[in-house]
Amino acid sequence: MAELRTTFAGIKSPNPFWLASAPPTDKAYNVVRAFKAGWGGVVWKTLGEDGPPIVNTASRYGALEVGGMRMVGFTNIELITDRPLQVNLDEIKQVKRDWPDRALVVSLMVPCVEDSWKTILKKVEETNADGVELNFGCPHGMSERGMGAAVGQVPDYVEMVTRWCKQHTRMPVLVKLTPNVTSILGPARAAKRGGADGVSLINTVNSIIGVDLERMAPQPVVAGKGTHGGYCGPAVKPIALNMVAEISRDPECAGLPISGIGGIATWQDAAEFHALGATTVQVCTAAMHYGFKIIDDMVDGLSNWLDAKGHAGVTGILGRAVPNVTDWQHLDLNYKTVALIDQEACIKCGLCHIACEDTSHQAIAAKKAGSERRYEVIDADCVGCNLCMYACPVTDCISMVEVATGKGPLTWLEHPNNPLRQTAK
Amino acid sequence: MDDIAARRLGADELEQNFADIHVPLDRKRALIEASRCYFCYDAPCLQACPTGIDIPGFIRKIATDNVKGAATTILSENVMGGACARVCPVEILCEAACVREAQESKPVQIGALQRYATDWLFEQKLQPFTRAKATGKRIAVVGAGPAGLACAHRLALRGHDVTAFEARPKAGGLNEYGVAAYKVPNDFAQAEVAFILDIGGIRIEHGKALGGDITLAKLRQDFDAVFLGMGLAGVKALALEGEDMAGVMDAVAYIERLRQAKDKGALEIGRRVVVIGGGNTAIDIAVQARRLGAEDVTIVYRRGPEQMSATWHEQELAQTTGVSIKHWARPARLIGQKGRLKEVEFEYTQLDEQGRLMTTGDRFTLLADMLFKAIGQNFVASPLGNGIAGPPERELLELSGGRIAINADRKTSLANVWAGGDCVPGDDLTVSAVQDGKVAAEAIDRALRV
Repeated sequence: MAELRTTFAGIKSPNPFWLASAPPTDKAYNVVRAFKAGWGGVVWKTLGEDGPPIVNTASRYGALEVGGMRMVGFTNIELITDRPLQVNLDEIKQVKRDWPDRALVVSLMVPCVEDSWKTILKKVEETNADGVELNFGCPHGMSERGMGAAVGQVPDYVEMVTRWCKQHTRMPVLVKLTPNVTSILGPARAAKRGGADGVSLINTVNSIIGVDLERMAPQPVVAGKGTHGGYCGPAVKPIALNMVAEISRDPECAGLPISGIGGIATWQDAAEFHALGATTVQVCTAAMHYGFKIIDDMVDGLSNWLDAKGHAGVTGILGRAVPNVTDWQHLDLNYKTVALIDQEACIKCGLCHIACEDTSHQAIAAKKAGSERRYEVIDADCVGCNLCMYACPVTDCISMVEVATGKGPLTWLEHPNNPLRQTAK
Repeated sequence: MDDIAARRLGADELEQNFADIHVPLDRKRALIEASRCYFCYDAPCLQACPTGIDIPGFIRKIATDNVKGAATTILSENVMGGACARVCPVEILCEAACVREAQESKPVQIGALQRYATDWLFEQKLQPFTRAKATGKRIAVVGAGPAGLACAHRLALRGHDVTAFEARPKAGGLNEYGVAAYKVPNDFAQAEVAFILDIGGIRIEHGKALGGDITLAKLRQDFDAVFLGMGLAGVKALALEGEDMAGVMDAVAYIERLRQAKDKGALEIGRRVVVIGGGNTAIDIAVQARRLGAEDVTIVYRRGPEQMSATWHEQELAQTTGVSIKHWARPARLIGQKGRLKEVEFEYTQLDEQGRLMTTGDRFTLLADMLFKAIGQNFVASPLGNGIAGPPERELLELSGGRIAINADRKTSLANVWAGGDCVPGDDLTVSAVQDGKVAAEAIDRALRV
C-alpha cells in the first residue's frame, strides 16, 4: 500500500488531496462532510477583514458544456466568504480541534495595508489552523477593490505582502497565484523572495464563459447583465500544468513547494501534477459537480497505481517529469514518427482522412477495396503530427510509430537552417 | 365467441395495440443521440440511403438545435422523410452502415433522429420550400403514392404544374393503405400528403385509374410529360383448391380495411390464424392479427429465415408479439367444413443438390380459422393499353421482369413517359419509390427545358 501521507510546507495531511478555497469549504458543515468522506485537507474559503460582511449576487456560476459533457469548464463570480469573520474563526477552531490529523489552511484576503494583515493573522493563529494561503488570485469583484488578482499581478506587491505575513505569524504562509499574468514566474519568484513557504496555483482564469443569446448578456446573467468570472474545471488543467512546470523548472524557484490546482478531477490528474512537481493538489470543481465522494477513488486509484508502478509513495513520482520539460529549441528535430492505422480496428469513419486532407498534410489516402472503404497512411507524406490519432474515435486504432532515420539527435540550436546556430568548435 | 369474431379485445387494449410502436425522442434524448454521430467523412450511412440524405449533416444540425435546418436537409432529398423515418428498414440501410454498428453494434438511431427533426417541422407548421417561377409546363402523374407524390412535389418545386390521378379516395399510397397501423398512427400519412400539397401546383383527381377514366395515350397527348407510379395491383394466389373458401383472405386487402377502420374492434379476426409468406406484408398481417386478438398466429414460409425478405428486425417484432414463424414448409391443401376453412395441410420443403426448392414428402397440419395470403404482389400491365401508346406513333412500353422497364433517369421506352415506385423493377420500399419520383422529376425538368 503506497504511502499517501504528505508534508507540504510543514503542513501534514493523510493524503495529498485538499479541497481548494471555494464554496465547498465555506463553513464547518461542508468541511466536516469532506473530512468524513476522506479528504486530506482543506483551504477554508477566503476570510476578509472584520466588518460588514461581503454581499453576493444571485446567479454566480456559469458552465461550459461540450458535446453533452456537462461542466467541462466552470466559472464563478462569487466573492470571498459572506459570513461574519468571527463565525468562521470559531468554526475553524472547532473543526481543527475535532480533526487534528487533517490539514486546515485558512485563505485570507485583506487590503494591501500591513496592519490589516497583521490583525487577521493574529486572529487566525488563535484557531490553531495549520497555515494561511494568501489569496492573490481572485480575478473578479475583489480585484476591483484592489485585492486578489490586483495584488497577484504585481510581483512587488506579492513580495511585500508575503514578507509582512511572514513577519507577523509563525504559521506557514502559502501564496495562491493568479494565472492572469504574462509569465507566472514573476509572481512566483516574488513570493519566494518574500519568504513564502509554498505556492498554490492556479487560481481561476479571467473569462466570459458564454453569452446568453436570448438575453444578449454574458453568463452568468444577473438582472440582465453579467461580468467576467473565474474560469476553472477540467478545461483549465493544461494551463495549470504548464504554470506548475514553469515554476518547477525555474532555478530561482528551486525548493519552493507547490500545491497544484486546476481541473483536477481524478487520481490521474493528480499524478500528472505530482510528476510536474506539485506536492499536494487542490480540488474544487469536480467536488462541486459530483460531491465529496470522488475522494474515495482519488485516494484508492492513486495508491493502486503507485503500487503497480512500484513506488513507495507520492514522493516516488514527485517532479519526475520535470527534467523532461524543456524549451522547443532543445527538441530533437531528427526524431520521426508516422501514423499507423490498425485496419482490423478501423471502423471506416474517414475522420483521419478528412482531417489530414483538409487541414494537414494530405497523408491519408481514401481508398476502396471493392465496396469496402479503406484508409491508408502515405508514409512519405506523414509528418507525424498526431492529428489523425486524436480525430479517430476508436481508442488505439491509430498509433504513432517511431521511424529510425539513422541520424543522431539534432536540435534547432545546431540546425543548418538556424542562422544563429551554434557550430561545433 | 365464434372462431372468427370481431371485438376479441376491449377498446383500451386495441388502442394500446395500435398506438405508435416507437416512443419519439424528446429534445434531450435527441441531443444525446445526435452527439453519438461521428460526422464521418464520405459517410457510409449516406451512401446506404436510397434517397442520399446528408445524414451526418442533418444530425449535426440537430446537435446544434438547428432543427429547422435538419428537417430541411432531410426533406430536400426525401420529401417523405417523415414517413421513411417511421417505415424505412433502417436496420438494413443507413443504420446497418453506421460505423458505430461496426464499432459497438449500436448504430446511431438515424431513423429516430430523422423523425425528431421532421416531426418538429410539421408541428411548427413550417414550409421550407418555395416554388420556382411558373414554367407553364403540365405533367400528369399516375398514382398519388410515394413515387407519384415525390415526383409531383419536385416538379411543382421546379415551377411545373402537376395533375395527379389517383384511383383511391385518399392520396399517400401504401403509407395510407398498406403500412402496419402502429407504424404510422394519428393519420400521419394524410398530414404528410397535406405538407407535400402545401407547396402548391399539385392537383389530385381522385377516383381516376389508368385504363378506365384515363388512358396513357390520352395523357401523353394532353400533357408535356407523364409519370407512372401506380404500384402493384395484383396479388399472387396460392393456386390451391378451395382458395375461395370463407376464411381464406388476401393480406393486402385486409390491411387496407384495417388501416381505414376507425373502429379496429369492428374487424373480424380468427382465433387461429395462419399467414403464408416471408415478406414485410406477412409480418404486418401476422402482428396486426395478434394485436386484434388472434390467439395463435403462425407465419409459414417455404424457405429459411435468411431468405425472408422481411428484415431480422421485422422477424423479431413478430416473435416478440407472440407470432410463431415456421420455416421450410408450404401449403399443400386447404381443408374446410361447410365452406369454411378449418385446417391447412403443409408439406415440408428443402433445397435439393442444385439448390432448387423441393418437398420432402413429410406433411403436417395446422388448425386455422383464417389464412392470409401474403406471398407477394405483381404488376398488372393491362391498363397501360396492352403496352401500346397509340397514335401518332405506335411505340411499345417495354417491360422488364413483369414491371415497367426504365433507365437510370427512370425514363421508360416511351418518349415522354417516366415511371417509378413498385411498378418498376427494384426494391419495393417507400424510400426507393421517393427516390424514383425525385430522379424522374429532375429528368423531366431537364427534358422540358431543352
